[in-house]
Amino acid sequence: MHHVLVDRWSRGASPLHALDPRVKILSLLVFLIVLATTAANAAVPLTIDAALLVAGILIAGLPPGTLLFRAMAVLPFSLTFGLISWLAGDSLRAVGLIEKSYLSSVAVLLVVSTTSLPRLLSGLESLGTPRLLVLVAQFLYRYLFVISEQAQHMRLAAASRQGIPGAHRRSRFRAAAGALAVLFAHSYYRAEGINRAMLARGFSGKFPLLKPLRLRTADGLFLLATVAFLVLVRVQ
Amino acid sequence: MTPLIEVRDLSFQYEDGTRALDGVSFTLLPGETVAVLGPNGSGKTTFVLHLNGTLRGVGSIQICGTPLTKESLPLVRSKIGMVFQDSDEQLFMPTVLEDVAFGPLNMGLTQEEAILKAKSALEKAGMSHALDKAPYHLSAGEKRRVALAGVLAMDPEILVLDEPNTFLDPPGLRNLLHLLKELPQAKLIITHNTHFALAVATRAVFFEKGKLVADGGVAEIMERFDWTYAPLRADDLRYSAQRRF
Repeated sequence: MHHVLVDRWSRGASPLHALDPRVKILSLLVFLIVLATTAANAAVPLTIDAALLVAGILIAGLPPGTLLFRAMAVLPFSLTFGLISWLAGDSLRAVGLIEKSYLSSVAVLLVVSTTSLPRLLSGLESLGTPRLLVLVAQFLYRYLFVISEQAQHMRLAAASRQGIPGAHRRSRFRAAAGALAVLFAHSYYRAEGINRAMLARGFSGKFPLLKPLRLRTADGLFLLATVAFLVLVRVQ
Repeated sequence: MTPLIEVRDLSFQYEDGTRALDGVSFTLLPGETVAVLGPNGSGKTTFVLHLNGTLRGVGSIQICGTPLTKESLPLVRSKIGMVFQDSDEQLFMPTVLEDVAFGPLNMGLTQEEAILKAKSALEKAGMSHALDKAPYHLSAGEKRRVALAGVLAMDPEILVLDEPNTFLDPPGLRNLLHLLKELPQAKLIITHNTHFALAVATRAVFFEKGKLVADGGVAEIMERFDWTYAPLRADDLRYSAQRRF
């Protein structure tokens, strides 16, 4: 049985979890714009932005250490670009790239850790994301685990028939290529199976929505307060 | 008594030329539970996929007195609930509740009605505790129950189950057996598990090379085709030599 950490976090209960996903997505968007347009050497606004994120993590009841560590996934990329900027003699730009990309990563992680995927996708769709993209994301997320499990089984099956690791690189490469092809064919047949199951339950081309999103006063107040605060910090 | 399923002279050929069904005739009456037996590749799944119009062969099919046509598909699919072999293919929505409500919403029910139907079906299937769970967090037995609930939520008159015992451990199988026994719908169950077939079915049919070659009592059909795993002996390999598996 799989337990994805972010998925588990997203099903928690806190004032942030309870907010309408659209409000969180819009707040995130404003945060990212404000962050992107803040000067790299503007220490005070950047510190306030960071403090705001830490406050969000604490309110949501998420483990700060783990979340902040996970957000470092973005660093290999930003460090590379930062290094290039630094070598080109623009050290301020290098620092800006690294700090802003890290804060953006924390912000995105905070939103996805406090919003379950179904609600996040409903929010995105409600804000105008094309339905097709939303459906692709939904199916990808649902079947990623199934396909990765299948891949792990195939890897084990191949490994159990290969003897000493590293002894036959060429044959291992061939096995991996074959497994990839089989995995692709399996996924294709699975897609057909899913389609059959959908048709059997009356699917006629339109995905019905079970829980429509409803904005509450608290959601509106949160959005207004967040946007006002962020803009104020930016302008100051 | 009007038959729930009436199939007359059904034949079907796959695009690669494989003749999967050859003149199959079959009747299912209200209250019956029929075990569909036969070797792998004998046409059992192909046959049941015709019953809700997923596959189209030559011959006539009537479901609850309605001839199966392109126009009658929505009605037929609301009458016949199909639980597929691989539950992962059937549970495609992000949460259990959304998945079970998928069918009722497609039938045109309002969101409130669909939620009520879904909750009631999940209760029947003993899965009310998993409403907001994601399908990949469920065990194989739980997935099977949710898949069944997804079909029950549509209030079908007939249940078709393709290998419902696959991946189930003995307690899971017993639970499924009890659940199926309690459901009032007529059932058509494809299975290789002879103990399960004997315990759940009132009648059996046997498929071989695309033909329905026998129709009768479950024990009688099993004996006639020596269709049992027990007692299984290593030196008894008569069928592996004679049949195509």
